[in-house]
Amino acid sequence: MSEAPTFEPLGDDAVLIRFGAGIDAALSARVHAAAARIAAMDIPGILDLVPGYASLGVICDGAFRADDRQAFAYERIVETLRGTIEENASAMVSKPRIVDIPVRYDGPDLDDVARRAGLTATEAAARHAAGDYTVAMLGFAPGFPYLLGLDPALHTPRRATPRTRVPPGSVAIGGAQTAVYPQTLPGGWNLIGRTPLALFDLSRTPPNLVAPGDRVRFRAIDHEEFETLCTKNSA
Amino acid sequence: MHKEFRVIAVVKPGFLTSVQDRGRYGIAGLGVGHAGAMDDVAARLANALVGNARDDALLEITLTGPTLRCETDTVVALTGAELDARVDGAPLPAWRPVPLVRGSVVVCGGMRRGARAYLAFAGGIDVAPVLGSRSTDLNAAIGPFGGRALAAGDLLPLGRPRRTLPSRAPAWSIASPRWFDPASPLPLRLVDGAHTGALTEASRAALATREFRVAADSNRVGFRLDGPRLELAHPLELVSEAVAAGTLQLPPGGQPIALAAEHPTTGGYPRIAHLIAVDRARLAQRRPGDAVRFAWCDPREADAARRARESMLQCIEYECDYRLRAL
Repeated sequence: MSEAPTFEPLGDDAVLIRFGAGIDAALSARVHAAAARIAAMDIPGILDLVPGYASLGVICDGAFRADDRQAFAYERIVETLRGTIEENASAMVSKPRIVDIPVRYDGPDLDDVARRAGLTATEAAARHAAGDYTVAMLGFAPGFPYLLGLDPALHTPRRATPRTRVPPGSVAIGGAQTAVYPQTLPGGWNLIGRTPLALFDLSRTPPNLVAPGDRVRFRAIDHEEFETLCTKNSA
Repeated sequence: MHKEFRVIAVVKPGFLTSVQDRGRYGIAGLGVGHAGAMDDVAARLANALVGNARDDALLEITLTGPTLRCETDTVVALTGAELDARVDGAPLPAWRPVPLVRGSVVVCGGMRRGARAYLAFAGGIDVAPVLGSRSTDLNAAIGPFGGRALAAGDLLPLGRPRRTLPSRAPAWSIASPRWFDPASPLPLRLVDGAHTGALTEASRAALATREFRVAADSNRVGFRLDGPRLELAHPLELVSEAVAAGTLQLPPGGQPIALAAEHPTTGGYPRIAHLIAVDRARLAQRRPGDAVRFAWCDPREADAARRARESMLQCIEYECDYRLRAL
């Protein structure tokens, strides 16, 4: 039986719901179930929901009504949230989407990652592509997915000196986490490959390729297929 | 039918001028931040003064203002920082609606006090919303004009005014609100964060007693605060989770960062405190180099301050609406 969530203020107009600590698939599933329930309730005064690995931020309109009965109050919002997520949460969760992401495993840090793991670059790439990943959260930048499910053999500490420009589509490992850079960003993660897919594209609706709770599978592709997909995407 | 051509032309953009509204809410789960006006109070009152809705888009002007040419008759209201603004040579009075005729040129200079001024146009700036909002997220490049600051030659389309507007400037204005005083010695108020207790006793005291200064590399993402180096009693292993506007994060260097409108949706640094909601607008008016003092406050005081301010803002909005009707 999982523990009941706890609530803490995040300033005077936001609340953090905590389901536990650390990075764990079961915790992550509870976060997404709670987010889905709260979103479905359309509670007045709630502006936004921010899933984390083990917690859910609830951003409120601290001043949504001025009269005393309706104004935001921490205790009242907590009571509402508690009631909302304690109902049968699992009933709300739909079957996760599976998103296939083709990757050309030729990143500048692939050799470092492989060496630490005592593997060849090809073996390291195969292990990464064999994983079954879940999008725990999006954060840091629009569309940046933090993925659960990295093979422990591939855990690699962040680079001592972060790069100022990581190219878009870079597939990277930072500690126990793996992710795909949606656009050119600074970053200290180890770059092991690149996808020709756009993770975040404002001309699409929705702009994000993956959403919290989605399952992700990486598929190794060669240079030729990478170029073909790039051409197809830009067409 | 002749279609009325209602635009404002940007002749010079100024230091950093962008289109903003109340912010982009509802998709933080995709990593898309809120952006929106840094001084939400000044922006809200500028809209009220020209009969706009709270969500209408306006200009946020930073430090040095733009030069704008009106290609249409319009009514504007300037609020926020004390900006030296002139219309065809005559001073543009702030905190009141001012009609401008087609061909008027608004030349904005520097700011005497504060860091951010707001210029609202009757009908709002009617650019296409991006992901549900007309605010510009400069850091993420999301919003009108490709998510960038305004540049010379940009044309700002105006929406239809929501009411008949005055042809002469009324004699009344909003008094520059008491809470809008960038030079106020009153400290900015903090409530506890999740990791306030992890600070050393000395650092916790320093935060509330020592002077900090807004660092030069502060921007719409956050305010870096130069001052005493703050330390944790013991290191924390944290995973990324939600942060909010006003969150004070403590990176390993010991220099706290107060998150602002364009903050990332999640962060992994310790959250040592949160600026209370009503004091976010006050921080937004501080410039690089300005002194900042903090004081711990009871969450009940924060609640009371928020409610009092909301009541006052709603009274002012109601009064503006009433007076605009009477004109």
